[in-house]
Amino acid sequence: MLARIIITLVIVLVVAFGGFYAWAWHSEIPAEQPHAASSFDPAIVAKGAKLAAVGSCVVCHSTAGSPSYAGGYPVKTPFGTIYGTNITPDPEIGIGAWSAVAFRRAMREGVDRRGRHLYPAFPYDHFTHATDSDLDAVYAYLMTRAPVRQETPPPDVVFPLNIRLFAAGWKLLFLHHGGHVADTSQTPEWNRGAYLAETFGHCGACHTPRNALGAEKRGEQYAGGTAEGWTAPALNAASPAPVAWTPEAAFNYLRHGFDRRHGHVAGPMRPVVDDLARADEGDVRAIATYIASLNGVSTADNQGKAAAAVQAAQSRELPIHKGETTGSAPPAGNDGAAIFAGACATCHHQGGRFPVSRPVELGLSSIVNGGSPRNLLQIVLDGIHPAPNERGHIMPGFSGTLTDEQIAALADYVRSHFTDKPKWDDTEATLNAIRQNKNFDKNSGKNS
Amino acid sequence: MTVVLNINSQRHEVDADPATPLLYVLRNDLKLNGAKFGCGLGQCGACTVLVEREPVFSCLTPIAVLEGRRVRTLEGLGTADKPGPLQAAFIKEQAAQCGYCIPGMILRAQALLEKNASPTQAQIRDHMQPNLCRCGTHMRILRAIDRAAKDMKTASATPPAPTETAR
Amino acid sequence: MTKAFMPPLSRRALLAGGGAVIVSFALTRHGLAQDAAPAKTKLPGDLSKAPMLDSWIGIDAQGGITVFTGKAELGQGIKTALLQCAAEELKVAPDTITLVTADTARTPNEGYTAGSHSMQDSGVAIRCAAAQVRAIMMTLAAAKLGVSEPDLTARDGAISTKNGRSARYAELVSGEALHVAAQPMSPLTPPKELKVIGEEMPRVDIPGKLTGKPMYVQDLRPDGMLHARVLRPSNYGARLAYFSTDAVRAMPGVVDIVRDGSFIAVVAQGEFQAINAVNVLAQNAHWSDGPQLPEQRTIHETLMALPSQDSTILDKGDAAQSGVKRLKATYTRPYQAHASIGPSCAVALWQDDRLTVWTHSQGVYPLRDSIAKMLALPPEQIHCIHAEGSGCYGHNAADDVAGDAALIAKAMPGKPIRVQWMREDEHGWEPFGPAMQTQVEAAVDTEGKLIAWQFEVWSNTHSMRPGGPGNLLAGQYLAQPFQPDAPKPIPQPEGGGDRNAIPIYAIPNARVVSHFTPDMPIRVSALRALGAYHNIFTTESFMDEMADAAGADPVAFRLAHLQDPRARDVVTRAAKEFGWNDKEKAPAGWGRGFAFARYKNLAAYCAVALDLHVDRSSGIISLGRVVAAVDSGQAVNPDGIRNQIEGAIVQSASWTTVEEVTFDRERITSRDWSSYPILRFPALPQSVAVHVIDRPEQPFLGTGEAGQGPAAAAIANAFARATGTRMRQLPLSPPRVRSAVAI
Ligand code: FES
Ligand code: FES
Repeated sequence: MLARIIITLVIVLVVAFGGFYAWAWHSEIPAEQPHAASSFDPAIVAKGAKLAAVGSCVVCHSTAGSPSYAGGYPVKTPFGTIYGTNITPDPEIGIGAWSAVAFRRAMREGVDRRGRHLYPAFPYDHFTHATDSDLDAVYAYLMTRAPVRQETPPPDVVFPLNIRLFAAGWKLLFLHHGGHVADTSQTPEWNRGAYLAETFGHCGACHTPRNALGAEKRGEQYAGGTAEGWTAPALNAASPAPVAWTPEAAFNYLRHGFDRRHGHVAGPMRPVVDDLARADEGDVRAIATYIASLNGVSTADNQGKAAAAVQAAQSRELPIHKGETTGSAPPAGNDGAAIFAGACATCHHQGGRFPVSRPVELGLSSIVNGGSPRNLLQIVLDGIHPAPNERGHIMPGFSGTLTDEQIAALADYVRSHFTDKPKWDDTEATLNAIRQNKNFDKNSGKNS
Repeated sequence: MTVVLNINSQRHEVDADPATPLLYVLRNDLKLNGAKFGCGLGQCGACTVLVEREPVFSCLTPIAVLEGRRVRTLEGLGTADKPGPLQAAFIKEQAAQCGYCIPGMILRAQALLEKNASPTQAQIRDHMQPNLCRCGTHMRILRAIDRAAKDMKTASATPPAPTETAR
Repeated sequence: MTKAFMPPLSRRALLAGGGAVIVSFALTRHGLAQDAAPAKTKLPGDLSKAPMLDSWIGIDAQGGITVFTGKAELGQGIKTALLQCAAEELKVAPDTITLVTADTARTPNEGYTAGSHSMQDSGVAIRCAAAQVRAIMMTLAAAKLGVSEPDLTARDGAISTKNGRSARYAELVSGEALHVAAQPMSPLTPPKELKVIGEEMPRVDIPGKLTGKPMYVQDLRPDGMLHARVLRPSNYGARLAYFSTDAVRAMPGVVDIVRDGSFIAVVAQGEFQAINAVNVLAQNAHWSDGPQLPEQRTIHETLMALPSQDSTILDKGDAAQSGVKRLKATYTRPYQAHASIGPSCAVALWQDDRLTVWTHSQGVYPLRDSIAKMLALPPEQIHCIHAEGSGCYGHNAADDVAGDAALIAKAMPGKPIRVQWMREDEHGWEPFGPAMQTQVEAAVDTEGKLIAWQFEVWSNTHSMRPGGPGNLLAGQYLAQPFQPDAPKPIPQPEGGGDRNAIPIYAIPNARVVSHFTPDMPIRVSALRALGAYHNIFTTESFMDEMADAAGADPVAFRLAHLQDPRARDVVTRAAKEFGWNDKEKAPAGWGRGFAFARYKNLAAYCAVALDLHVDRSSGIISLGRVVAAVDSGQAVNPDGIRNQIEGAIVQSASWTTVEEVTFDRERITSRDWSSYPILRFPALPQSVAVHVIDRPEQPFLGTGEAGQGPAAAAIANAFARATGTRMRQLPLSPPRVRSAVAI
């Protein structure tokens, strides 16, 4: 009896696996002669350029100091590191031999030209909803870039996930096909924004929490996630921003990397904004409209809170240390206020002289108001740095200047001085975790 | 109030507001000229000194955070008569125009060479990124760092001359 | 008191103290020298301005030699080169000479240290004076030793006979032996016998700078010194409406607040205290609006529409003819900043009715006169002493901060006052290099030769140096404000906005018009190379456009129009060292570029060849190999020349690929290194090689600014080759490159 059950089970499993395998198996799409750049309609190429900018393709498909789209960026996931591939039209290493059909399949199904499954670090769960004509435009754009011969390191993923077929299993569970569905109750601009945010923009990839298998939790869209050791704050009603996002503020932030009621872009969001600066302005406004709608801008409650927050932030005393030059104050090594006055106040004083680097009013920052000190610690450690040769906010990192104790004291001071929120209870633990992560990256020679 | 600082292995008691950035204390209280004011914003590196083994912007380092930590400045690396290896290499390469940025450059380079005795060109450039030079002396600065790395290696490979060991 | 700090010299001190003997000697002699009628024949270099030998060279009773120059060390290595000139002709070791630089009480008035003039003006004067002093020593020695002059040799500060008898300079010189007028002819050492000139002598100032010696005005710390910070207005022309000082006065360390009209400064014991105090003062000060600034987006249209004074500076033949191919293009350059790494600084002391100012101004005498007018003092009561600052590259805020320090010191007698600008003041208030526009048209004939060239340039002034007291920033904000001087063009042949507007190439029909626009909505003055940066960028970009029109190799095309053999040599040398081959296809994304100019058409020749890569997606230009050739005439210190040209190339690469002053309708918005980025290490060229062509028989030619224009044009030309797109609007910054070539 037991044997029969086992046999049946095995048969079912084999059949199921066979079926799964048959389903999962994708044939190779024949290589094509690389297309001459001139064979593409420049208007389509231009459209593709704008969409590729919304998609921030270049972020994962390039590394610092090497040519755009030549691949190599290490995408760190809980399951290992996957490197962005070379998507220049080099026929052997890049996608030069790919047909438009092969490209569409990769974007929709997560399968490369040869038929291999791609890891979902490549967000085809978003791209799958894009229209054919948009995918073809991005294809035209990529095929007209300069080909670069640069190999991509193989993925470094833990067993058994390094068996690519697992990606197929993942898709079976989490990849939902079908075009984007418009919400007819909303404006065309909102719908345009929703389409771009959900497809090319793949905002949810960071701002939606993920389950144990690394898929976005469908019921918790935009409830906040993590990215590369940073918190990707919630964009829905749980947003920690004291002043709710308006379309205008979201546009400022997404397009220019700064809004005076929210602050400067930092961390893994920075390169995204660099790219959005190259996208179509109307598209970025549309995305901003959509994103701002997520946190329920216009409720009276929200507006009241916002006004109060601004009022509170602006009435705060200038944090210049008025310490006496003589006296018997306690040792000030871990005095967050003294550290702030000497290290931070030069830039972060409010009002006063021309605000040099347009520092954020800390009382309005989501980072200072958020539930976790993680992003504040990240910024204090590493600072904020603009793209090479470009205008952009600079904040120096303090990782060598301050000891861990001092950084924690500073973070706690900033939290208590600039907000009415309770003290973080995990400042030191979070700092330790960030440090460990960085040491790990350093020791394993990974680019972080 | 009094803050105790360890600068170039010397103990200094400084009577100043603990929030005062180290740069002003070095320059005005201790009369050490090496670290320079460039921006006061952590954007240029003219004020770079070493705290323990790390290059830091002294313009944004309140002295309060330095008690019990070792600070090194340009003056601690050598003198005009007895320049340290990086200073000597910068002199050999004539790596200065106005020279205002150079102390910061030397200190930042010192931190690199202490951690990595044979940095590649790319590593040097990357490491030196925070420091600005307006005169365009960069190519010479790179050559000088490269030379210092090589000189330091040959110096540590050759046993010191007997007269020096005798002392 | 640090060593570099010299107390103000009262006349009594000058005449009494033993150590100051040489000073008094030079000072009194110099005073007389200034009065002496100028010699009839033109004397070489700045000997024409100060014709007495003892204005330049003093020898004391101990044999100590002091050389005086009115020029200043700006990081260009001038001290070393001048010492080489003096040592060579005096036949002494350079390190035995004391060099005194720009000081209104001690050195000749050589105007500004600017325009790559120092070697031509001061180098020539010192070399000739030294040679003449040596001749005087020879004559005195011949008398003393009873030998005829041809049998004597000068060496190591002594004159000796063949049989070993000798007399030291100190024994020979007495009384007023050197107080004689210079002669037009000098017995210069022939090129073959040169021992010091032409040597790569290490710079004398570098060891001190690298080991923390007090080398800069920023390092001066006279006893009792106080720190001051000036609160600059909210924007150009704004006036202090109302303010309260209570909060500031209550702050620790604050000594006083000095105010005159809309000029307001805090003085404190400590530097950080002064900085904190000025921040609090800013919160308690309210300003009236100043005039609106023009729209940045359309700044060139705005500037072109301003009334202009037009002059035709070249007109030959019929420049309008069309040839077989005629092209036309417009080029622009934005406002660009000196953006010195060290913000401007000065120390001033008002004591015993004398004002002493330590300054890194490029012109201590003109500064003295401006301050005198601002404070209504006779110039003799003011003593300006040059002390180095960080590199200035022209007229930055050095003079302004000296004016600030003078005003504050005058209000606080007996207290040495140190003022250093904050970064945002330096970036926001310095006088920028002006925005410019050029329009060029040219035609080639059937042979592919240029037959016509028409060039027009629109520019503000390139010099608002002091000048009147209104040229000092503080002067404009006093209760009795001074107006800036009426802007003036700098005439040809050097030119200002039209510097290098006249093509160096042999073109039979050519016309060049200079449109000088006096009104300046943004504060401007001299930035390294003045108009030459943009005019060479234009000319040399357009030469490539014309070469393409003629189907010619850019280097060959230039050579076909160059007659000056030295120009041809420089072009050929740079092309050869680079391995120029326009036929060979560059790798994808790469391009090669070439450019050449003779600075001012009068000074050093410089050619630059380079290659670069353009990343279309990010818009980043990565420079590869850069090779330059330069002819500065007789090379006094070849390494000094290389250092200058290397620096010029890197700085010009920064201007050309990154830099642009930004402003909104109210104020300058590029106020620090994040809003005004410059090139950082990772963006440097892979290599820069400079080849110096030494011409020992030729006069010195100024070099400091020669690289700026050619580097810019070579980048634009390589960019055009790499992308097929010609960019004519500076800078070729990532956002502009992206919009030009992203698709
Ligand atoms: S002065 Fe400290 S970084 Fe510029
Ligand atoms: S040498 Fe002048 S700023 Fe670097």
